Amino acid sequence: MTFFDYFANKKPTTASLAKERLQIIVAHERNLRNQPDYLPALQKEIMEVICRYVDVNVDDVDVQLDKNGNCSVLELNVTLPNTRN
Amino acid sequence: MITSGKGGVGKTTSSAAISSGLAMHGHKTAVIDFDIGLRNLDLIMNCERRVVYDFVNVINGEATLHQALIRDKRCDNLYILPASQTRDKDALTKEGVEKVLAELAADGFEFIICDSPAGIEHGAFMALYFADEAIVVANPEVSSVRDSDRILGILQSKSRRAENGERVAEHLLLSRYNAERVERGEMLGVEDVEEILATKLLGVIPECESVLKASNQGLPVIHDAQSRAGQAYKDAVARLLGNDVEQRFLTPEHKGFFQRLFRRSA
Repeated sequence: MTFFDYFANKKPTTASLAKERLQIIVAHERNLRNQPDYLPALQKEIMEVICRYVDVNVDDVDVQLDKNGNCSVLELNVTLPNTRN
Repeated sequence: MITSGKGGVGKTTSSAAISSGLAMHGHKTAVIDFDIGLRNLDLIMNCERRVVYDFVNVINGEATLHQALIRDKRCDNLYILPASQTRDKDALTKEGVEKVLAELAADGFEFIICDSPAGIEHGAFMALYFADEAIVVANPEVSSVRDSDRILGILQSKSRRAENGERVAEHLLLSRYNAERVERGEMLGVEDVEEILATKLLGVIPECESVLKASNQGLPVIHDAQSRAGQAYKDAVARLLGNDVEQRFLTPEHKGFFQRLFRRSA
């Protein structure tokens, strides 16, 4: 630490905290806003089908829709339990 | 239309100032209060005692538009359509609002300013549905910025323009701006809010004592040409009309030694 650092204000300002928090929440809410209306229903039905075959927890299924330019990617992530022998 | 999502950020103050400013430029302007049940535009524009008929009376056919419009005493080209004070909020129908707006346009009104209520309920939806352009009033404060983003999303998805695959032109009006606090890192700066909302800046209205003084008297603050807020609204109106006016009031006023010394007594 140099002599001048001692006087420099090291703490982030409250305004920059506000900006950071807003950027995160606004991005999150925009994502939700842009998702198609059918997504929650689709997610529910996919989960029902998976549960019919595998014993998984509702929380272990993650459905996400990502946009890459003109192309949308529906990502389905299922954490399967340890397979029985 | 003038909107914000959050309450108390300066929608009605801005509606009064901007509609007055447009009329001062010689444009025939109407300003409509959409806050059914909680009307206040009449008070800000000092015509509360001249209200006979209101917006809902016109929609229900109980009065003609001409009977309900109140002519502003200061600007010849300005007319106010007050909100109803007692009726239920669902009194505003899409068809009714559309009919009134069409009648105003046919009557030669160049600008129709819709003063939205706070929130995202029916009244706010009615105010934004027919909008061609939207002025979103925000304060440099987290809840106001978040709500502004929400209302921008609704504008671009639920309005008539959105239904037709078009965009509503967006303008950001940042009010209650305190450049001193921004400089100290205690308040979001104008660039921060612009960046988060990704919306074109119409103007910055500095936090100013003149706003309360103006509303006390029912004088839209734009008439106070000496005040910083009044000047800022004048600039914003000029920009809205397509003039290139440089942004002001973004940096703190540098006070002289004696001004600092006597600040408390001033």
